[in-house]
Amino acid sequence: MANLTLIEAINRALHQEMAADETVIALGEDVGRDGGVFRATEGLWQKFGPNRCIDTPLAESGIVGTSIGLAVYGMKPVAEIQFEGFSYPALDQIISHAGKIRNRSRGKYHVPMVLRMPYGGGIKALEHHGEAPEAFYAHIPGIKVVIPSTPYDAKGLLISAIRDPDPVIFFEPKKIYRSFREEVPDESYEIPLGKARIAKQGKDLTIITWGAMVHVALQTAEQLKEKYDIEIIDLRTLVPYDLQAILASVQKTGRCVVLHEAIKTSGFGAEISALLMENALLSLQAPVLRVTGYDIPYPLAKLENYYLPDAKRLMAAIEKVMKF
Amino acid sequence: MCLFIMEKIVASFSIKHLQILDENGNCDEKLMPELTQTDIKKMYEWMLFSRMMDDKMLKMQRSGKMGTFASIRGQEASNIGSAYAMQDNDWLFPSFRENGSLYVRGVNPVNLLQVWGGDERGHVFPDSKNVFPMSIPVGSHLLHAVGAAWAAKLKGDKIATVVYFGDGATSEGDCMEALNFAGVFQVPCVFICQNNQWAISVPRKQQTAAQTLAQKAIGAGIFGYQVDGNDIFAVFKATKEALDKARSGQGPTFIECLTYRMGDHTTADDSTKYRDPKELEYWKQKDPIDRLRKYMVAKKFWSDFDEKNLLEKITQKIEQITKEYESIPLPKAEEMFQYTFAEMDERQKKQMEEMKTKL
Repeated sequence: MANLTLIEAINRALHQEMAADETVIALGEDVGRDGGVFRATEGLWQKFGPNRCIDTPLAESGIVGTSIGLAVYGMKPVAEIQFEGFSYPALDQIISHAGKIRNRSRGKYHVPMVLRMPYGGGIKALEHHGEAPEAFYAHIPGIKVVIPSTPYDAKGLLISAIRDPDPVIFFEPKKIYRSFREEVPDESYEIPLGKARIAKQGKDLTIITWGAMVHVALQTAEQLKEKYDIEIIDLRTLVPYDLQAILASVQKTGRCVVLHEAIKTSGFGAEISALLMENALLSLQAPVLRVTGYDIPYPLAKLENYYLPDAKRLMAAIEKVMKF
Repeated sequence: MCLFIMEKIVASFSIKHLQILDENGNCDEKLMPELTQTDIKKMYEWMLFSRMMDDKMLKMQRSGKMGTFASIRGQEASNIGSAYAMQDNDWLFPSFRENGSLYVRGVNPVNLLQVWGGDERGHVFPDSKNVFPMSIPVGSHLLHAVGAAWAAKLKGDKIATVVYFGDGATSEGDCMEALNFAGVFQVPCVFICQNNQWAISVPRKQQTAAQTLAQKAIGAGIFGYQVDGNDIFAVFKATKEALDKARSGQGPTFIECLTYRMGDHTTADDSTKYRDPKELEYWKQKDPIDRLRKYMVAKKFWSDFDEKNLLEKITQKIEQITKEYESIPLPKAEEMFQYTFAEMDERQKKQMEEMKTKL
């Protein structure tokens, strides 16, 4: 056991998977000698050499497209895009090919790649360095979308993602890269994709959330603990989502707030809201409310805190749902 | 007087163009690659088969028996000369105008009829030698060929990948990214650019200000070469040398094949709207199949009798192929769900059941 931050847990997962399977390689801008701008790939280049941890030219579509080629030939590439806001040039490769090759070839070829990206806001970063684009990716057939919120989950989910035979987008909430430590087993372990986690048990209301917002939900629930007994579901995998966990919780509590930092319109909260209406209407005591970012470009540092959902906004939504 | 401040040339380049067999069937023996008469007759058969198969598919499309498809008419030498140079373990990454190359690599023509006819099962290519499915988004698949070549290099496999694309593709960002990666990592990839002078209705001159397409490789630090794309000997030779070079660890090559798209872009296009018929006449004189026949006849190993026999043989083969294609039962609707992931997830299972109840 070791007390690791989320970024350290990711680093451990990479070290262990690369040691266990020589077809696993890491590639991206600055991941090699520099160990990654967030140090996610620290030590890999030194330990495994420049043919296993590879510094690529500055070309996101190129990184993802060559990863697809590497994968169909039998490698397991773990590619890094330096910030989620720079992933868009690679969308064509992801949508048109990574997600479609298995289907196009009726299973003859498949793409066992992982695309890792620092994700989300709250670090007073430059433009394009703090967005939450998970809804774009969740809408792509053939692509899995994973967002851990703790060091323990990050290691187990990344290992599962690397071992998964299909493309996985692995969003790493950069706000919590180093914000806390927790016990993480030394050995390799898998957390299955497609399974949510109950971050906190409760009976009055369910918050469904993921990423850094899980901790906003936990803090808010703590502040409200004398008043309401709130259950928090950390989705962990957006695609494929854990419908059973979502329904089990909301059928129990009858009230739900979805919390995500991504913009509101067509955010993944809309999907969850629709699913709850389709599957649990008669259990609902109130409409499902969404607490989200606004339908605007992500703001720079001075206005950032007005944008990100916080305890105050979450509490207001909880009150509304409880008092419906 | 200062001796150290000056302007000097730090890089320059040249692009060579190779022709071995001209449009009259005359051949520069000094430049001939190693090909036996059997090889040459085989290549001729592939070209004739491809053209006749193409014509058959056009007829089928006009009578509603085939979906929209892209003819290779005029590009037979580019397709076949290059594919013929590949070894068994090499991988081929096609765009969508390489039916000829695919036949040479063992793809069953019935499978191609399936693909163009709208049945994904055709893309399994069970009999082929490492042929990747066709890629429609122009220029996007070069990266896959580069990645696969890179993987082969990392694994120590002595193979090369060959990727086909057109003049239009060289304007796409992904094309340049692929060349750049190939150069940086010196991967065993051979880039075959079938410059057929047209990207739907946009002529080559409007595609780029570069004098040749081969020189785009120079920008990525890769060797670029141009050949007469209707000269099967030149196409074969350039490709073979590039493949040998790649497999021996000396890196990638870009070959620009100058050819011409004799047909429309696809069956959904009408090129008479934007092309001068004189241009087609000009290129007809340069037909790849005619010139090889002239060569074989002049060298006295091809007769009218041989030609007649081959035409009959191919006609019969095409009849067999179309019959076989038309007798394939339709795919089952469930198949749509079964290949998105390795295993269907709960959503897909549920949706598949819903769909089945509506059938």
